[in-house]
Amino acid sequence: MLEPNPTSCSNAPILKERGQREVFCGLTSIIWLHRKMQDAFFLVVGSRTCAHLLQSAAGVMIFAEPRFGTAILEETDLAGLADAQQELDREVERLLSRRPDIRQLFLVGSCPSEVIKLDLAKAAQRLSKIYAPSVRVLNFTGSGIETTFTQGEDECLSSMVPSLNESPDKQLLVVGALPDVVEDQMRNLLAAMGIDSVSVLPASSVKQEVTVGKKTVFAATQPFLGETHSALERRGARHLPAPFPFGADGTTAWLKVIADEFSVSDARFEQVVSAPCARAKKAIAQASKVLDGKSVFFFPDSQLEIPLARFLITECGMSAIEIGAPFIHKGLVGPDLGLIPEGPVLSEGQDVDLQLDRVLKARPDLTVCGLGLANPLEAKGLTTKWAIELVFTPVHFYEQAGDLAGLFSRPLRRRAVLSREAAE
Amino acid sequence: MKLTVWTYEGPPHVGAMRVATGMTGLHYVLHAPQGDTYADLLFTMIERRNHRPPVTYTTFQARDLGSDTANLFKSACQDAYDRFKPEAILVGASCTAELIQDDPGGMAENMGLDVPVIALELPSYQRKENYGADETFFQLVRALARPVEKTPQISCNLIGPTALGFRHRDDIDELSGLLSDMGISVNVVAPMGSTPSDIKRLGAAHFNVLMYPETGETAARWMERDLGLPFTKVVPIGVGATRDFLNEVSQITGLSPFVDDSRLRLPWYSASVDSTYLTGKRVFIFGDGTHAITAARIARDEMGFEVVGIGCYNREMARPVRALAKSFGLDALITDDYLEVERCIEDLSPEMILGTQMERHIGKRLGIPCAVISAPVHVQDFPSRYSPQMGFEGANVIFDTWVHPLVMGLEEHLLHMFRDDFEFNDEAGPSHHGGHAAQRAPSVKTMDIVPAEIKETKDVSLEMVWLTDAEKELKKIPFFVRGKARRNTETYALAQGVYKISVDTLYEAKAHYAR
Repeated sequence: MLEPNPTSCSNAPILKERGQREVFCGLTSIIWLHRKMQDAFFLVVGSRTCAHLLQSAAGVMIFAEPRFGTAILEETDLAGLADAQQELDREVERLLSRRPDIRQLFLVGSCPSEVIKLDLAKAAQRLSKIYAPSVRVLNFTGSGIETTFTQGEDECLSSMVPSLNESPDKQLLVVGALPDVVEDQMRNLLAAMGIDSVSVLPASSVKQEVTVGKKTVFAATQPFLGETHSALERRGARHLPAPFPFGADGTTAWLKVIADEFSVSDARFEQVVSAPCARAKKAIAQASKVLDGKSVFFFPDSQLEIPLARFLITECGMSAIEIGAPFIHKGLVGPDLGLIPEGPVLSEGQDVDLQLDRVLKARPDLTVCGLGLANPLEAKGLTTKWAIELVFTPVHFYEQAGDLAGLFSRPLRRRAVLSREAAE
Repeated sequence: MKLTVWTYEGPPHVGAMRVATGMTGLHYVLHAPQGDTYADLLFTMIERRNHRPPVTYTTFQARDLGSDTANLFKSACQDAYDRFKPEAILVGASCTAELIQDDPGGMAENMGLDVPVIALELPSYQRKENYGADETFFQLVRALARPVEKTPQISCNLIGPTALGFRHRDDIDELSGLLSDMGISVNVVAPMGSTPSDIKRLGAAHFNVLMYPETGETAARWMERDLGLPFTKVVPIGVGATRDFLNEVSQITGLSPFVDDSRLRLPWYSASVDSTYLTGKRVFIFGDGTHAITAARIARDEMGFEVVGIGCYNREMARPVRALAKSFGLDALITDDYLEVERCIEDLSPEMILGTQMERHIGKRLGIPCAVISAPVHVQDFPSRYSPQMGFEGANVIFDTWVHPLVMGLEEHLLHMFRDDFEFNDEAGPSHHGGHAAQRAPSVKTMDIVPAEIKETKDVSLEMVWLTDAEKELKKIPFFVRGKARRNTETYALAQGVYKISVDTLYEAKAHYAR
């Protein structure tokens, strides 16, 4: 079991930098959200750059009929020659007639739509009236001027909170998009403890109703949901702060907070978690052999950095040199920070050139960074793990704990294998 | 406003990045919001570059908009200059920065930097990536290139290759070799591989080889006018085009166009009997204008295919592509709408697609083999081996690349003969490709037991109906010719005024189209 560390990073100073930020914008979240929410379409109102980002960011293009697209603003929209709201209505009509299976439409704001102050909230209201009840139209921002990478999911989920139906019952709401297989595992664990009234935001379709109310408690599975956290609190729900469910110990700690809230007996808790927890520990031990005693350096990317550093430090025997995050929300990552021993530099925001200077000086054993930096750092002899894979791969809860450690150990094992080949 | 799912081209500032990233000693300061740095990964991941693109982004955020984005630009520009010490600086704006009208060009010019500052005005809401590359290179050349003394020997510049270009790396080597065989040395290759100092001495060459009109034509035209450098018009992709190119260079230089072509294998490979099965294969061609045009000639004259459709996504090349299509008796498809291309391919049901990364996915969905001939391309189209498209080796590479996705000649016959073999059947795909399981699709069986009245699907026109037996017979035809058979039969039936297609109609059509 994890114990708070008396000399932890909780109150460590945070290095705040402003300079070039080598991060994705929030639109990137659409890449996993549109797979998760199977009756939703994400319509970005933006520029060719937005469309190009969406098809480039995942590293591969997803050609399985994407449920997202970009309404590209053209010269006439900007010059005021065309009424952008009317243009949008026309494109939405075309889209919905082509895709009658769509039940939720998200109008997603971008940098250009925000700079020209195109009112997508107004558009969503108007379109909701037109297409109700068959299609619900919401809006959120994924723009780079407002959001960084995973904050797109936060904006999307928080846009859904005001329209959730009220529920007077005691229930658990789990927030954060998880791969289906992981979500099922989580539900099974909770059900085994006797916690049955569980809903997950986002649901995979509008048919699965998600409700909220004064007696709702919520747990986050992702650390980047600050806005959603506030929106749920505004609806009267209460947050259950916990370390995030990464690794064996993280998962146990996360479940324990919920179990205590729902008065699950220690014996029952033990009975439910002991087998999967033991399995997870075995898998981590196997995968983390090459991680033990090694150092890690996190570039800011997804806000997963602090919980993942906690996992690597307390469960895989690594030490951190720097943990960079685009944004540090202590209300969410506080419990994980409390478990990380003092030592690493905590940085928020970025000046990528200065941070590159630091990483090249420190020469960590493993550097977790974005796709734009990984190959250039590899070429300088550093071993890297591209961070986006941590967002796209099932990594939460017990059964994925070994895979999570494996994601970090594979680059190190690969380097070792290749250098042995070269030496022969 | 226009709904787009996938784009063939990025925004124009990505074109500028392709120029900057291909060069050294040049730095691009881009006024852009947070998030636009995604473009770095195109170069570091897709092209596997081992260094970051030489681009500094201001990455402004909402809070900066209220205060002072202009100062943010100035400090980013100064920091970039101090850190990277470039020989020249490009400055410009991405789509969002264009809207806030900070005038990066004007600001940078007033900063008193002691290197040339070249301001780019790339209209993001009108133009695209290729334009951005072409315009950026033109501005660089116009700012830096001046008349200089010619090299004593006949030399040329290779114009147009950029970072992230389809096989540009290898085309440069192939052309350098061909030209060297003619006795011509290469003065400068630009933008890829050059420095701003190299750009200054472009005028030392005797002529320009315009490799890629998409990214180099404006600069080539300027150099023709202002530096007196003639440029080549033939793009040497394919055997015929390579020979035409050598003749064109010969006319410019007076040197002999006859070079050693002993390593050229395409003509013999194409003439050898194993290739007989390629005859009249119906191909659809789509890509950038230059690659589509060159591919059409190769397809018809060097591979013996039948070109059933051709088009390009860059409107700048619409005119030559339309003219070429007309000479093939076709209407060109000029569009950057991926869905329109998909519809067109579905209608034509070709036996093979020669296209881009996008068409590869269309082909995958429709079950049509595809070979990639043009950007945009993905990581697998940056092979580690030498594989140019231009010159004689390019022709060899093209022969191999285009034949590879197809079922081999004798295998095709065997599939016709033994189409019910449980291990060796058309669902298995070409036997030299792994990953196909030779399973009979159960869906075929269930479809066979569907009652006839439901089975009578309507096609082509409202009246055209396939009778159950005919539909069953069609299913026995291997998948890679099934589309053609269906189409031919329907066309034949329509011409005969037959609206119910029976087994007889199917075989009458087969006899009618026999070659």
